[in-house]
Amino acid sequence: MIDIIVQAKPVGIEWLSYSPPGWGRNLLQGLASTIQIAIGAYLLGTTIGLLGALGKLHGGPVTRFVLEVYTTIIRAVPELVLILLLYYAGTDLLNRSLAALGYERVDISGLAAGIYVIGFVMGAYATEVLRGGIQAVPVGQIEAAKAYGMPFWQRYRRITIPAMIPFALPGMANLWLIVTKDTALLAVVGFTELATVTKQAAGTTREYLMFYLAAAALYLSLSLISTVFFRWLERRYRRGQAVPA
Amino acid sequence: MDWSWLPEYGPKFIGGIWITIQLMVYSLIMGMSLAVPIGLVQVAGPRVLSWLALAFCTVIRGTPLLIQLWLIYYGIGSLFPYMEGIRESWLWPILREAFPYAIFAFTISVAGYAGEVMRAGFAGVPKGELEAARAMGMRPFTVLRRIWLPRAVQNVMPTLANECVFTLKSTPLAATITVFDVFGVGTMVRQETYKIYEPLLFVAGIYILMTGVIVLLFRWLENRVPRPRVSSGA
Repeated sequence: MIDIIVQAKPVGIEWLSYSPPGWGRNLLQGLASTIQIAIGAYLLGTTIGLLGALGKLHGGPVTRFVLEVYTTIIRAVPELVLILLLYYAGTDLLNRSLAALGYERVDISGLAAGIYVIGFVMGAYATEVLRGGIQAVPVGQIEAAKAYGMPFWQRYRRITIPAMIPFALPGMANLWLIVTKDTALLAVVGFTELATVTKQAAGTTREYLMFYLAAAALYLSLSLISTVFFRWLERRYRRGQAVPA
Repeated sequence: MDWSWLPEYGPKFIGGIWITIQLMVYSLIMGMSLAVPIGLVQVAGPRVLSWLALAFCTVIRGTPLLIQLWLIYYGIGSLFPYMEGIRESWLWPILREAFPYAIFAFTISVAGYAGEVMRAGFAGVPKGELEAARAMGMRPFTVLRRIWLPRAVQNVMPTLANECVFTLKSTPLAATITVFDVFGVGTMVRQETYKIYEPLLFVAGIYILMTGVIVLLFRWLENRVPRPRVSSGA
C-alpha cells in the first residue's frame, strides 16, 4: 500500500509558520532586506546630507543654488514619483555610460538600486537637518578652534561634528523612521523587501488581512526598537549638556 | 523629449488633479477633526483615553502608509463581500469603490500624525490664559472653543503646513489601489505610450506646483493671524 501524504492546507495563523507552506521565513527574509536597504540608504543619505550641509554653508553661489534646487524639488515631489524617476534614470544612465565604455548592460540588484534611490531622496532631508545642527553649534566653540589654528577639516572633525550631534540627533532619528517606512514604496518597483513579500504572500494565499497585519506588526516592532535605540543614543550624546527647563 | 501625448491626455490629467485635490482635502478635514480630540485627550483626558490615543498615534506613525492602505483595501475590503446582506444594502456601491478606502486610510494617517502635533499644540498654551478664561466664568467647552483650540492651532500652524504637504505627497499611493489621481493618470500614460520620463516629469511638475500653492496659502494664513506683540522672552 502506498500512503499518499496529503499535506494539510494551513488555516489562519498557520500561514505564518516558519517552514513551508507557511510564509514566515519569507516574511523575515523580506524584513532583513528592508533593514539592509534602510541601513544602506541611511548611510548614503547621511553622507549626501553632510556634504550638502557643508556646501550650503560654505559653498559658492553655484553650489548653493544647485543644493537649494535639490532640497526644494526632492521635498516637494512625492517619494513614489521620485523613486520611479530615480530608478529609471539611474539604470538608464548607468547602462548608457557602461555602453559608452564598451561594457555589457547590467541589471542592478534590487538592493543596490533601492539603497541609491532612497538614499538620494533622504539626502535632501538630511542636508536640512544637518545644516540646522551645524548652525546650532555655539559660535564661540568654532572660534576657539580657529584661534588654536585648526585647519577647516580638522575643525570639523574635532569640534563642529561632535558638537553638532546632539542638535541633529532628534531630526536624524526621525529620518531613520521615515527611511524604514519609505522602503515599503520600493514594492511599487517590485524590489524584494517586506512589502513586496507580503503582497505576494497575501495574493497567493488570499489571506490578505492576516499578512498585512503581520507586516504591520513587523514594521511597528522595527520602529519601536529604533525609537528605544535612538533615545539611548540621544541620552548618551547629551551627557554634560544642560537639561532644557 | 516628446510631449505629443499631452493634448490627448490633458483632460484626463485635469480629472486626476481633481481626484488628488479631493483625496487631500477630504482626508485633511476629517483627519484634522479627529486629531483635535486625539491631541486633547492626551493632554487633559482620562488615563484610559489618553493611553488609547497614544497607542493609536504610535501604531499609525510606526507603520508605512502603503501597508495601512493595502491592509484596509485588500484586507478589510476583502471581508465585506462575505458579510450577510451587504450586497443589497446602500453601503455596497460605496464599499465597491477604491476611493473611499483611500480616503479612510489617509484620514486615519492624518489623524495619527496631526494628533501628535495637536498634543504639543494644546500642551503649549500657557496655563494662565486658560485660568483667565475660567475666571471669566466660561464653561469648559467654551474655554476650548474660544481660547484653547484657537491658541493651540496658532501654535502649530507651521507644522500644519508641513502636514498638508505631507498629505499631498502621500496621495499618489492611492494609485496602487486603482484610484486614478494625477499619479494614476501618469502611470496610464506611461503604459499606453511606452514613455518613461515625460509623464513622470509632468506629474512631478504638477506636484511641485501644488506644493507651492499650499506653502503660499499657509504663508497668507499665518500673516492673517495676529501675532502677540509682546514676546514671551523664551
